[in-house]
Amino acid sequence: MKKRSNAPFFWLMFGAGGMLSALLGTALVFITGLATPLGMVLKPDFMAYGRMMAFAHNFIGKGFVFVVIALFAWHAAHRIFHSLHDVGIHNGTVAKLLCYGSALVMTVVAAYSLLRIGF
Amino acid sequence: MAEPTQTIEIQVLRYRPEQETEPVWQSYQVPFTEDMSVLQGLQYIKDEIDGSVSFRWSCRMAICGSCGMMINRKPSLSCQTFLRDLLPGPVKVEALDHLPIERDLVVSVEPFVKKLESIKPYIIPKEARALSEGEYLQTPAQLEKIEQFSSCINCMLCYAACPQFGLNPEFTGPGVLALLHRYNADSRDGGRAERMEILNAEEGVWSCTAVGYCSEVCPKGVDPANAVNQNKVNSALDYFIRFLPKKGA
Amino acid sequence: MKPQSNESGVRRNPPYVRPMAGWWTRNPFFVRYMVREVTAVAVWIYALVLTFGVVRLSQGEAAWNGWLDAMKSPASIVLHLVLLLGMVLHVHSWFEIMPKTMAPIIVGGERVSAERIQRTGWTVAVVVTVLALALAVWSQS
Repeated sequence: MKKRSNAPFFWLMFGAGGMLSALLGTALVFITGLATPLGMVLKPDFMAYGRMMAFAHNFIGKGFVFVVIALFAWHAAHRIFHSLHDVGIHNGTVAKLLCYGSALVMTVVAAYSLLRIGF
Repeated sequence: MAEPTQTIEIQVLRYRPEQETEPVWQSYQVPFTEDMSVLQGLQYIKDEIDGSVSFRWSCRMAICGSCGMMINRKPSLSCQTFLRDLLPGPVKVEALDHLPIERDLVVSVEPFVKKLESIKPYIIPKEARALSEGEYLQTPAQLEKIEQFSSCINCMLCYAACPQFGLNPEFTGPGVLALLHRYNADSRDGGRAERMEILNAEEGVWSCTAVGYCSEVCPKGVDPANAVNQNKVNSALDYFIRFLPKKGA
Repeated sequence: MKPQSNESGVRRNPPYVRPMAGWWTRNPFFVRYMVREVTAVAVWIYALVLTFGVVRLSQGEAAWNGWLDAMKSPASIVLHLVLLLGMVLHVHSWFEIMPKTMAPIIVGGERVSAERIQRTGWTVAVVVTVLALALAVWSQS
């Protein structure tokens, strides 16, 4: 009897994260990493503390930030784990812990921080 | 036929287990005409220059699947690859990638054949059917779902193309999974449940990382990449649906 | 497989297995595949940047302003230019492979072509990106 793989769960996360990052990744990197810091297209106070807290206080804002971080992290972890195998790094357990572990850490840390911000 | 005025260099990766421990390149100068395939080039070498060169071939018309080999690093049917497209040469010919070399251009096919047999490549009827009920009827739309996947000639170019198979020979692989899909998707077949175990295993669909080179090299347009990746959805559904209560429970 | 002896006692070496090391360097198709897979690193790094941001946001205004200042640094700008390139390559390669992952879609009796699926994907991505930017600009007024 061949052992059933547990890949489907990670694959769904990979798929969801891949689609989300394909649709929103470019805009988000541009907004947070280039437009706001350089005051390009957006004003430099676009991400000022007051505005960000207002965004993060509400359910939708929290949910959005959490989903982006979590799905991006799990998508990337899954692909990086498989890419390590592609280039000959086969140590399954250590590679799994580092890749999926980092995604888990980001997910938990993001959730904790978002909850700490309160409502 | 005109006398050939050009020659082309064909380099063949030789491996004779009784005399060498590692493959070694050997070069041949082959008279060239516009209509010659790489297979014809190899046949010239065997007939006129070096009778020891070993390679498989049969139909010379891209339907038997025997003559697969790496031609300038691309998995190809040598009967369907033409020397005129590879000028000025040299043409580098080696055994199909990822498969153990038995001798020269001849690879071990037994694991592939075993995998083919393991997927139950035949119609498993949904329910017992008497001869008096007549033949199965199938609409053109139903046929279209399976037709391309039934075109496989077992040439193994997709296995030479697939790096995941190269990295893990236990991977069921593109061609066999395409054939599995061909039967699961056949309106006459009821054997899906029996084939799920193969799909669901790590060496089933889950070893595929959608490189897609298998479909690129397939000489028959089977699109094994599509067959495998469609079945990731089926396998995932099977994975999660088993947690739902059974009908009637 | 153990080396076998034939009748005359000559050593016969087993079938030869070629090493896989460097496989992806030996074919442009595989190089493009690796470029596609490396875009995942951009996604990972960006998730990490956002995680740091959310942590700083939860630590109060001073911490948050520190993070904003770090995002203004030349190193961060260069990083985000690279991440932006990575994201664009990801969008391209994601929709390029998408048709292979889908069951046939039949519209009006004909199968939707791979090119149509890819173009649709790209269009949706561009529309969503423009909408996101528009939403951001609008939220400032």
